[in-house]
Amino acid sequence: MIAVSKIRTFPWGKVVPFTILLIFSIPLILGIYWIIISTFSVSTRGLIPIDSAGNPGGLTLANWSFLKDPEVWRLTWNTFVLATTLTFGVLLVSSMAGYALSRINFKGRKTFLGSTMVLQAFPATTLLIATYFVLRFISGVPLLSVFGYDTLGGVILVSIATQLPLGIWLMKGFFDAIPWDLERAALIDGCSRWRTFRQILLPQIRPGIAALSVFSFIIGWSSFLIPYSFMTNQDTAVISTYINRLMQDTAPVNYSTVAAVGLFQLIPVIFFFIFTQKYLLAIFAGGMKGGS
Amino acid sequence: MGLKTVEEISADSAFSFTPGKSKLGNKYDWLIFMGPAMLLVGVFFIAPVIIVFIISFTDMSSLTGFSNWSWIGFDNWIKIFTHPQSSQHVGVTVIYVFFTLVFFNVGLALVLSILTTHIPKAAGFAFRALWLIPRITPVVVYIMMWRYLMADSPYGIFNEIFFRPLGLDTSEMVSAHPYIAIILVNGFIGASFGMIIFTSAIESISKDMMNASLVDGANIMQRIRHIIIPQIKWPLMFVTTFQTLSLITSFEQIMILTDGAYGTEVWSLWAYHKGLNNYFGQFQWGFAMALAGILVIISIVFCIAYLKFFKFSDMIQEPKIETL
Repeated sequence: MIAVSKIRTFPWGKVVPFTILLIFSIPLILGIYWIIISTFSVSTRGLIPIDSAGNPGGLTLANWSFLKDPEVWRLTWNTFVLATTLTFGVLLVSSMAGYALSRINFKGRKTFLGSTMVLQAFPATTLLIATYFVLRFISGVPLLSVFGYDTLGGVILVSIATQLPLGIWLMKGFFDAIPWDLERAALIDGCSRWRTFRQILLPQIRPGIAALSVFSFIIGWSSFLIPYSFMTNQDTAVISTYINRLMQDTAPVNYSTVAAVGLFQLIPVIFFFIFTQKYLLAIFAGGMKGGS
Repeated sequence: MGLKTVEEISADSAFSFTPGKSKLGNKYDWLIFMGPAMLLVGVFFIAPVIIVFIISFTDMSSLTGFSNWSWIGFDNWIKIFTHPQSSQHVGVTVIYVFFTLVFFNVGLALVLSILTTHIPKAAGFAFRALWLIPRITPVVVYIMMWRYLMADSPYGIFNEIFFRPLGLDTSEMVSAHPYIAIILVNGFIGASFGMIIFTSAIESISKDMMNASLVDGANIMQRIRHIIIPQIKWPLMFVTTFQTLSLITSFEQIMILTDGAYGTEVWSLWAYHKGLNNYFGQFQWGFAMALAGILVIISIVFCIAYLKFFKFSDMIQEPKIETL
């Protein structure tokens, strides 16, 4: 009882932490609010929408006219292809490797597991220039040139590779959590490793697969640096590089238009985020919890 | 991955079963499962690391092309130490990494995780979700938001709402205070990483210990100082080292925000500009690889340190392999 009454009179209460949090969050709240407001305004002064004469008001849908532009839809399609193939690639490759690392005893298993873990911390951005040479080399190999420099295929492969350490580590964790009995029975009954993996184990880790899918899709949908570095061709550009081009334009930037394209790219992310934030939190923390 | 007959598998597994040492499935099954991952890691992690060091010993550039280059030994590495711009790039990198780390990626992360665990659960969760938004927002959209926040009057939000009413300077903030700009922009993304890890660490501190501190009349500062910080010592060290490395090597946000203008070209962006992307289309791959090579060496040192100090090797001992 003493403890309870103490908590009730706890001097800091709930108000102070709440206020401090709000103050720190001001830039985020203002920024998000501005993105939404400005996409429906001719222009903005601070957070106030104004019309072309400079008076408050001037709400419009004109900024969304880019939706009628076929180029934007082609970029959107490219982005979608990048995000979905990245997701499938990451899921396939990391679930297979995660299975082997969790269930099969082979030479070099520990080494690979250790490097998977360490590679999560290894910043792939340091290797971008060298990756350019790898892609250049792949371009020169017959049949493989669809995965070379300046192709969507190449960008997808590089993106998959950079997501693998996290993906494999998570998948291995999911497999580790599944009891071994069911699978052992199947194997002893003569089921192949591949069938056991596909028909018995994969269905068991559905929540994990869903979480990693959403995570990978968001990564692919938002990615900028890899497409920007390895796809100079405008035909295969993605929304991120398009927005960057609009922003870096030498002519004065019409922020309301750019903001509309930005919100267009942001909407699917926020949508996924709202419905899956619990899983996403687990991934953001889970992959990196090592050593804590 | 051909399917095997029942006989083959029986021979492999069930009938040759000995406890503690059974071999289930085919001997080379692991290769099929590991193959794609090993290939990708080999091609896009291991090969690039080797390429970085090989090319750093050549004079390869857009002038020599891919065929007319020659070996020049350690010239590129020596050039790093004699280059007139090196100290400037080191300086901005150190400032950027230090202040982002102290004030945001660790400092603010700690503040956010402590505060959100001391307000009602739903509100705490909502704030943490809000702080995750910078991390999940497409980076170009996020930078666009900051550009407008920091734009000059009468457009910029900070200037219009806070500085103009106070009669302060209302010029464009990115060019006026470039270091503050890059630190803020990266810090608001970086804080969420530590926040998530610290939050789960704080939530796992036993309730008894937390309540005991209240009963003993500890105030919030004493509680942070004597209960929370000692209890989350390891996560703190982990986040600090992990974020140090990722800050040293990250340049994406800076590139979109300033592209290295106003003295904000950090080391990694310098390497990127030299080797892959610059205004003039003149690339010095040999030198750029030496610049990147420094970062690769730093990264490898950090990774070895993780293995040693965070007992990563202990974590990879226990999985369920087929010792029955």
